[in-house]
Amino acid sequence: MPGQNEQVENLVKTEYEHGFVTDVDTDTVAPGLNEDVIRLISNKKGEPEWLLEWRLKAYRHWLKMTEPRWAHVHHEPINYQSISYYSAPKSKKTGPKNLDEVDPKLLETYAKLGIPLQEQKMLAGVAVDAVFDSVSVATTFKEKLAEAGVIFGSFSEAVQNHPDLVRQYLGTVVPTSDNFFAALNSAVFTDGSFCYVPKGVRCPMELSTYFRINASNTGQFERTLIIADEGSYVSYLEGCTAPMRDENQLHAAVVELIALENARIKYSTVQNWYPGDENGKGGIYNFVTKRGDCRGNHSRISWTQVETGSAITWKYPSCILRGDHSVGEFYSVAVTNNYQQADTGTKMIHIGKNTKSTIISKGISARHGQNAYRGLVRIGKGAENARNYTRCDSLLMGDQCGAHTFPYIETRNSSAKVEHEATTSKISDDQLFYCLQRGISEEDAVNMIVNGFCKEVFRELPMEFAVEAQKLLGITLEGAIG
Amino acid sequence: MLQIKNLHATVDGKEILKGIDLAVNTGEVHAIMGPNGSGKSTLANVLAGRDGYEITQGTILYNGQDLSKMAPEIRAREGIFLAFQYPVEIPGVNNIYLLKAALNAVRKHRGEPELDAVEFLALVRDRMKVVAMKDDLMSRSVNEGFSGGEKKRNEIFQMAVLEPALAILDETDSGLDIDALKIVAGGINQLRNRERAIVLVTHYQRLLGYIVPDFVHVLADGKIIKSGDRNLALQLEEKGYDWVKQETVAA
Repeated sequence: MPGQNEQVENLVKTEYEHGFVTDVDTDTVAPGLNEDVIRLISNKKGEPEWLLEWRLKAYRHWLKMTEPRWAHVHHEPINYQSISYYSAPKSKKTGPKNLDEVDPKLLETYAKLGIPLQEQKMLAGVAVDAVFDSVSVATTFKEKLAEAGVIFGSFSEAVQNHPDLVRQYLGTVVPTSDNFFAALNSAVFTDGSFCYVPKGVRCPMELSTYFRINASNTGQFERTLIIADEGSYVSYLEGCTAPMRDENQLHAAVVELIALENARIKYSTVQNWYPGDENGKGGIYNFVTKRGDCRGNHSRISWTQVETGSAITWKYPSCILRGDHSVGEFYSVAVTNNYQQADTGTKMIHIGKNTKSTIISKGISARHGQNAYRGLVRIGKGAENARNYTRCDSLLMGDQCGAHTFPYIETRNSSAKVEHEATTSKISDDQLFYCLQRGISEEDAVNMIVNGFCKEVFRELPMEFAVEAQKLLGITLEGAIG
Repeated sequence: MLQIKNLHATVDGKEILKGIDLAVNTGEVHAIMGPNGSGKSTLANVLAGRDGYEITQGTILYNGQDLSKMAPEIRAREGIFLAFQYPVEIPGVNNIYLLKAALNAVRKHRGEPELDAVEFLALVRDRMKVVAMKDDLMSRSVNEGFSGGEKKRNEIFQMAVLEPALAILDETDSGLDIDALKIVAGGINQLRNRERAIVLVTHYQRLLGYIVPDFVHVLADGKIIKSGDRNLALQLEEKGYDWVKQETVAA
């Protein structure tokens, strides 16, 4: 058994397996950002006037803002004028009516990624919306969902078919002026997913969106809006991959969740954007704003995220606990390997009475990876009997990585009960040797120990995705033993 | 089965084993006794291939193969089992899950088919009886929240499932009350057979009242200074380790 450092040096010899590029004709606008580009995007998508105005307002606000600098991450300044803000597979100009009209090469891409777009091949249970570069390519199971009254599909379609719903809720959780990247997204977002679950409906299947960045020099700015009306339930999963490229690519998404009275939204993310090579070259900058609003009493929003990819991850899926007795949950596994950096966590804003939040964060750092948990728990004046439980565990592999915890707690109500626990540990030689002595290989042993560490989070994922997440973790940390 | 010749080994550069000679044959039970710091646990760890335990001189042959050339997991798959003195806790890893992975790794190595969940559970149910393992310990994380006695029982339970050719039990009796000692010793006796060699590393004669060894060796300052049958253990109990040491010096 070689020494710890040597083992860490052997880290991740496996190549990023989703690093291929699909050769499709694309309709890509020239790099650069100004009001004309925004008008162009809006025009290409045939948007109503109010949405264009909304975008322009966001853009004008964005111009006055500066990039946030407080995160525990480092990168070269981003040149926003060198990014192309719209790229679409060409055949998609008018939009495919059904799967038969989708470019077979795209379907092949999704097949390679293991995304079951072909309805006939699906085992059942998961409806998928797939976003390729800037546009949504196909949505499966649309009819079955429609029977239940669930609206699920691309954001662009929703703008055309359900403009009132979009207009009523868009930007009500993450306002255009919320932060630098959210403002940018509001100005230039090109597509994303939209979901509305009507009153009292339990969505009959898991919903899923798959995001893929393919073209080079493009950013991906998708927007997701999910509304769970009174007494409804929906479970939603997003997955992400990108080709291997030497340059950094920007992904600045906004996700808004709205849960009305007695509604529940479960939102799970398995994020595997290209993380860059072992020297830190290339990779996705994943600067994402995700926020859920527990607007009604007894509503509940759960965020579960497994973040294994991206060069830099900057995201804080948060909950505004507005309704009385509402519940917010955040379960996170963030892995940083090689030169990956993650600054992630959550905000739990308690406004209503008897609101409860739970935060379980597991950070894993290997090689030169830097992992920061940043979390805010705010108990407002009127939040009688608010409860929060936070637990942050960090696992270090090797001696060149870092784990950091930045908890912020603000309490304005003396009846609040806020608990915070944090631990940092290493995979111990004793644990590893114990497994080896039972005949288990080093790799399997590390997998087993790391998965054990993440168990509390994985069990929150829908079954099939939990299996995927475990595999992904194994691949990401292959050879990373310390 | 096991032939150790002139074995010298260091831990952190410090020589602990200073020329051990020992031969263990199939079906035999050897007890290695000695005062604290004599090198008993070091010998057990060297045999299991633990990182940081370096062989500087001598040879260990296991079934004719040079043991020092084998990675620890290969030794395990070839039938060497170490019952740990301090079994480690692995949070979040199910006790049974680890054991299933271990058993299937061993079976695969032997060219046998892996057991499916049903077959494995049947085996586990059967082997739990060996040390009267409690049901709830099966579904818990490896050793997490186990009492000292439960940890030691879990080790022998694992041995019962993995069926090693050579079991090295490192101070398996330490920290056990008399009832637990009887259960653990009873379990070991059930697992004693003609195909299996057992090396008991122990400080006290106590365990040997329940498990009668074929051979007893006294280890002091990194060497085996006296070997004999079970009567040697009884003499030790009566006269103490100093007696053997003095006898050796006198000789």
